[in-house]
Amino acid sequence: MVLTVTDLEISRGGRAVLEGVHFTLLPGAALILRGPNGVGKTTLLRTVAGLQPASGGHISGADDTIAYAGHSDGLKSMLTVTENLDFWASVFGRSDIGAALDAFDLRGLASRLAGNLSAGQKRRLGLARLMVTGRPVWVLDEPTVSLDAASVGLFVAAVRGHLGQGGSAILATHIDLGLQEAAVLDLSVFRASPRAAQADEAFL
Amino acid sequence: MRALLARDLRLAVRAGGGFGLGLAFFLIVTVLVPFGVGPQTALLTRIAPGVLWIGALLACLLSLDRILALDWEDGTLDLLATAPLPMEGIVSVKALAHWITTGLPLVLAAPLLGVLLNLAPGGFLWIIVSLAVGTPALSVIGTFGAALTIGLKRGGLLLSLLVLPLYVPTLIFGAEVARRGADGLGVGAPLMLLAGISLGAVALLPFASAAVLRINLR
Amino acid sequence: MSLWEYANPVKFIRTTDVVLPWVSALAVVCLTLGLAWGLFFTPEDFRQGSTVKIIYLHVPSALMAINAWMMMLVASLIWIIRRHHVSALAARAAAPVGAVMTVIALATGALWGQPMWGTWWVWDPRLTSFLILFLFYLGYIALWSAIEDDDTAADLTSILCLVGSVFAVLSRYAVNFWNQGLHQGASLSLDKEKNVADVFYFPLLVCIAGFVLLFVALVFLRTQTEIRARRTRALITREQQG
Repeated sequence: MVLTVTDLEISRGGRAVLEGVHFTLLPGAALILRGPNGVGKTTLLRTVAGLQPASGGHISGADDTIAYAGHSDGLKSMLTVTENLDFWASVFGRSDIGAALDAFDLRGLASRLAGNLSAGQKRRLGLARLMVTGRPVWVLDEPTVSLDAASVGLFVAAVRGHLGQGGSAILATHIDLGLQEAAVLDLSVFRASPRAAQADEAFL
Repeated sequence: MRALLARDLRLAVRAGGGFGLGLAFFLIVTVLVPFGVGPQTALLTRIAPGVLWIGALLACLLSLDRILALDWEDGTLDLLATAPLPMEGIVSVKALAHWITTGLPLVLAAPLLGVLLNLAPGGFLWIIVSLAVGTPALSVIGTFGAALTIGLKRGGLLLSLLVLPLYVPTLIFGAEVARRGADGLGVGAPLMLLAGISLGAVALLPFASAAVLRINLR
Repeated sequence: MSLWEYANPVKFIRTTDVVLPWVSALAVVCLTLGLAWGLFFTPEDFRQGSTVKIIYLHVPSALMAINAWMMMLVASLIWIIRRHHVSALAARAAAPVGAVMTVIALATGALWGQPMWGTWWVWDPRLTSFLILFLFYLGYIALWSAIEDDDTAADLTSILCLVGSVFAVLSRYAVNFWNQGLHQGASLSLDKEKNVADVFYFPLLVCIAGFVLLFVALVFLRTQTEIRARRTRALITREQQG
């Protein structure tokens, strides 16, 4: 599945933050977004995931192909690790969660309540959720927060496996993942000029 | 969708808040009424249908903010929005789960509490029927209110302010069915109107709730 | 030139700046004339005595309480369909005015009811409906003020207004069903025979015109204020960005 973003303009709180964003994500490719805090990484990822409308431009290839992981993992603390994954698998019309448990080393925790996991373990569970969706394009916002070095290794291996199966990933991160094959896109160059269209333009 | 319903029900059972709190609240409201108006059985018999309806309505209101707020806080709603489920379906399932965990227990508990209020013998059937027909509307309208106030601090108070006026027609027709039933009068007309409101709300309001939720998610 | 040009905030302010003094002046004239005529130069009703004169405040305010909500409904629809900012702001501006009209209608109704029915308040269908309408206004205003983002607030309140309108109508019928009531039938209607004598009728019409003009003037003024506030915020944002 090819994800194409052309001339995308996005705004946050009625203020344009990025304009003219364009990139193409081919199957098997990964794209890392960089840029200082506040440049609009999260907003861009949410827009690509379809959670908020773009104020201009086009996104193609994003319909029913995206698995999104944001700052919060959407876990229910009163459900076990297996139940959480089972739920997300069946929401996406799938049933096999074994591979996801293995990839993120969650076998030993399978029957623990998600509420009793450490922050890093929760994060691993949140990322394992991506694998059970079966969606080809992973959209990840700061996926490595609270992960230790070993877990980051698991994550990178999972992303590589996903790319190897013809999937693709777009991620915003501050640390070096060691994912050499990934292209890097610095968002600073797309920063919206102050005179750019604003939601409240009508009032000026 | 079925997975979502099953998960919501399981969460309600595990967290304990779902079934228990609403029922306990219903019980307390019903018990407080005689303290407020006096123990004369004739008076209690007369006001029992209305008190039961108001108690059920308030118990319903109590748990509304939990319908969507928990899933909003932990990011589940964001993830559900990217899942292959229509938003209308999600809010409908949420309302259904709320009805099963809150509305249905209230329906079943109402006749027991009717005994406490000395409900007329003919009224027991009709309090069950009227609540069974009316509470789905309360859940669906409540889900709309919950979707409107999601993400707001102090949302709970605002939620009540928004939802209570919307509850007026349901309350009027529901209590009317129960009262006429208890008095041994015909209940046809108000029951039809109550069913009409319930069906209309169940059929149409999820579209409004879904629209509101989409706006709030962006 | 189309009607929608007035949906541009700047154009709206320019136009209403011209119109507003005239509308306000006319509202003052109509209200003064209508109230003076109604209160001092009409005979007393043979049954109700001088209390009948409350009609000159009660009926117009009750009419405007409902019409204000209708106007908000239309403005909300325009916002949802065409997304003109002025229309959302006009709906927001009209809500408190409508709420106050509802309070006036309720208060004058109570004052009128006391000598007529011997009680300040009865759970009469009309009175009850107005009370419910007042609750709808409160909810609408509270939702507007609770949401920080202007466009989100406009979207959500528009949908609330639509859903609320349906339930307000439902409530009206439910309340009718619930209690048949003491309130006299409608004082004014277009199709039926007049049940108010001409001497009362003409000053009443002038009063109604006065209330309509007052409402229009207040909504124009409040919408202007909202637009200017938004404009100020937009300018500040631009300053910060630039």
